[in-house]
Amino acid sequence: MDFDLSEEQRLLKESIDGLLGDTYDFEQRQKHRSANGGWSRSVWSKLAEQGLLGLPFAEADGGFGAGAVETMIVMESLGRALVVEPYLATVVLGGGFLRRGGSEAQRKKYLPGLIDGSQTFAFAQLEKDSRYDLADVTTTAKKKDGGWVIDGEKFVVLNGDTADTLIVTARTSGGQRDRGGIGVFLVPAKANGVHVKGYPTQDGLRAADITFSNVEIDGDGAIGNPEDSIALIERVVDDARAAICAEAVGLMEESLKTTVEYIKERKQFGVPIGTFQALQHRASDMFVAVEQGRSMAMYATMALDFDDARERALAVAAAKVQIGKSARFVGQQSIQLHGGVGMTDEFKIGHYFKRLTMIENQFGDTDYHLQRISAQGGLLND
Amino acid sequence: MDLSFSNEELAFRDEVRAFFKEAVPPATRRRMQEGRHLEKDDLVQWQRILNAKGWAVTHWPKEYGGTGWTPVQHYIFNEEMQLAPAPAPLPFGVSMVGPVIYTFGNEEQKKYFLPRIANLDDWWCQGFSEPGSGSDLASLKTTAKRKGDVYVVNGQKTWTTLAQHADWIFCLVRTDPTVKKQSGISFLLIDMKSRGITVRPIITIEGGHEVNEVFFDDVEVPVTNLVGEENRGWDYAKFLLGNERVGIARVGVSKERIRRIKELASSVKSGGRPIIDDPRFREKLTSVEIELKALELTQLRVVAAEGRHGKGKPDPASSILKIKGSEIQQATTELMLEVIGPFAAPYDPGENDGSNELEDWTTQIAPSYFNNRKVSIYGGSNEIQRNIIAKAVLGL
Repeated sequence: MDFDLSEEQRLLKESIDGLLGDTYDFEQRQKHRSANGGWSRSVWSKLAEQGLLGLPFAEADGGFGAGAVETMIVMESLGRALVVEPYLATVVLGGGFLRRGGSEAQRKKYLPGLIDGSQTFAFAQLEKDSRYDLADVTTTAKKKDGGWVIDGEKFVVLNGDTADTLIVTARTSGGQRDRGGIGVFLVPAKANGVHVKGYPTQDGLRAADITFSNVEIDGDGAIGNPEDSIALIERVVDDARAAICAEAVGLMEESLKTTVEYIKERKQFGVPIGTFQALQHRASDMFVAVEQGRSMAMYATMALDFDDARERALAVAAAKVQIGKSARFVGQQSIQLHGGVGMTDEFKIGHYFKRLTMIENQFGDTDYHLQRISAQGGLLND
Repeated sequence: MDLSFSNEELAFRDEVRAFFKEAVPPATRRRMQEGRHLEKDDLVQWQRILNAKGWAVTHWPKEYGGTGWTPVQHYIFNEEMQLAPAPAPLPFGVSMVGPVIYTFGNEEQKKYFLPRIANLDDWWCQGFSEPGSGSDLASLKTTAKRKGDVYVVNGQKTWTTLAQHADWIFCLVRTDPTVKKQSGISFLLIDMKSRGITVRPIITIEGGHEVNEVFFDDVEVPVTNLVGEENRGWDYAKFLLGNERVGIARVGVSKERIRRIKELASSVKSGGRPIIDDPRFREKLTSVEIELKALELTQLRVVAAEGRHGKGKPDPASSILKIKGSEIQQATTELMLEVIGPFAAPYDPGENDGSNELEDWTTQIAPSYFNNRKVSIYGGSNEIQRNIIAKAVLGL
């Protein structure tokens, strides 16, 4: 049993923190956000130069063969700096489908561009009525002349308006909520019939609603089995859940740090407000929430390597519940302890609060995952 | 980073588990499962079984009978003990005064007391709290005045757990009233048979007799019973309180209680269906399970850090273990109470004198809930723990 980072992992953490320390204070972050497309190509190139975009991929595919812990380290650091570049959409989700389900030809075709930073991805999954159910899919993929024709609408696709390639879940057979009959398809964003409506999100990122009308793609555009890919989807979405749990830990850590610094400096009645016990206890409760969240983010990370898919899903769901609760508490209390300035757009704390809030509703909220675990008879079953 | 136990650790766990399965006397195990108070004999008998096995004082240095285990092994041992469930050794000797004696005591004290603690030949109790000194322990008023070869002790201790069985009490006493409050305190070992000691029971809200008041009226204590130096008692007390912070999370206890909640909730019915099938109840239980999992991992992180940096100053992050551990223990007793519903009401006065008129163990559910309110108060209340985090971790 060991909670320490290895020497290599420690170096990785130093390298990303060093990079973000130079390029990503809050003012710089706001500038990166207003760049064309909503994120900075130059920061993205730097992440690529440091090898961060290639971390989880096999060496044979041009990557570094790193594991879940390395992704956790990166996501935590990206969270701390409130990074807007599409690491989750491109490396974790896009890259996740390619490395876990992609054929050799697909990996050869897409991964070099992903790793060198020239190509980004987006995962088009959410539908109007699907909410958090990954198997609720009405978008269709029909065979035609050895290729596929995609029809349907996807919503709130993260990085959807700048991605070069969309990874789309679509039904090849079965009813709206059947687990069978779902495939995963690679669709070039520029393909005929793809209509992208991009917009900013509450937390400073970019997303898009995307309509697919009679979109024709090649026969090799399906990742994995086009008739039955729900297990692959669940697997990659669990990767993403663990990743945003780690991101939330970074966000919470920075929120707590910023808040504690603020209440040490802010004076009222002639003394720093951090000397008031009511505020001290609130800050202590925030610390407890951050550490409980960190423990579960680590647990989710470890669970990604579990052999048993059910155990993995339970652990990741439990982490998402804990992170959801911790994130809400830490986010809200960070604003409260900042008082009026916490309400201003100019101060960074509100932006951390907004990202924490959106993470709670991403890939299943607290109640959704709580219900999933309950339905399985709970967490402790030995 | 690797959260799994090594093969050696797994083998150790199997060994410990098998021992607990075999060695806990059935009557003791049953009382624990039903949440009843243990009798003196339960603890004495069990301590002697542990001592015969060489596991009575596992965390002591080897020369005094300890095992030399790693922090992870200690963690496994405690976890398995709580899951069995088996009684934890009486902490006042094994975890409190024992380490003070082998660290600060003289050779005679070590030679006489340590083996007797390991075998529970002496039942120890703790004389720290006073009516006016709870969280502000250093304000204590019990005095010890040197008169020839004895100290004459006067004053009152309170919340003295299981003093009714005790042979000895270790006390913080004021030996110098003229200096800063922390600097005039000494650490005395006092024979409970001494003339002038009176023990008066405090009956707690659930009806049990766990704690007492202990009065000292001109009690003469040989000066040879002073531990370490006069007026250094506060240092020894801080050392004592800093030990064994990790066990306070009581993760195994809560796991075992969740197991019992599930068992009970599968048999108690509402609207013709077991309570366990009620989605609202299940989600509440699941929430507690998740909190407990998080706590277990946080505890493992503290244990792993201890293994890495060695024992020493307790990690202030371990205050998390106290806060969350007590909240979860309380939540589990609350859920148990919800499951039993209207049948929480019958009260068995016999539970406290051993006559047990009502056989049904469910009469223990409400008392256990009432009694567990103490866990967020004792051992440094949860508010004190928040002060510790604010000061030592956040620098406020």
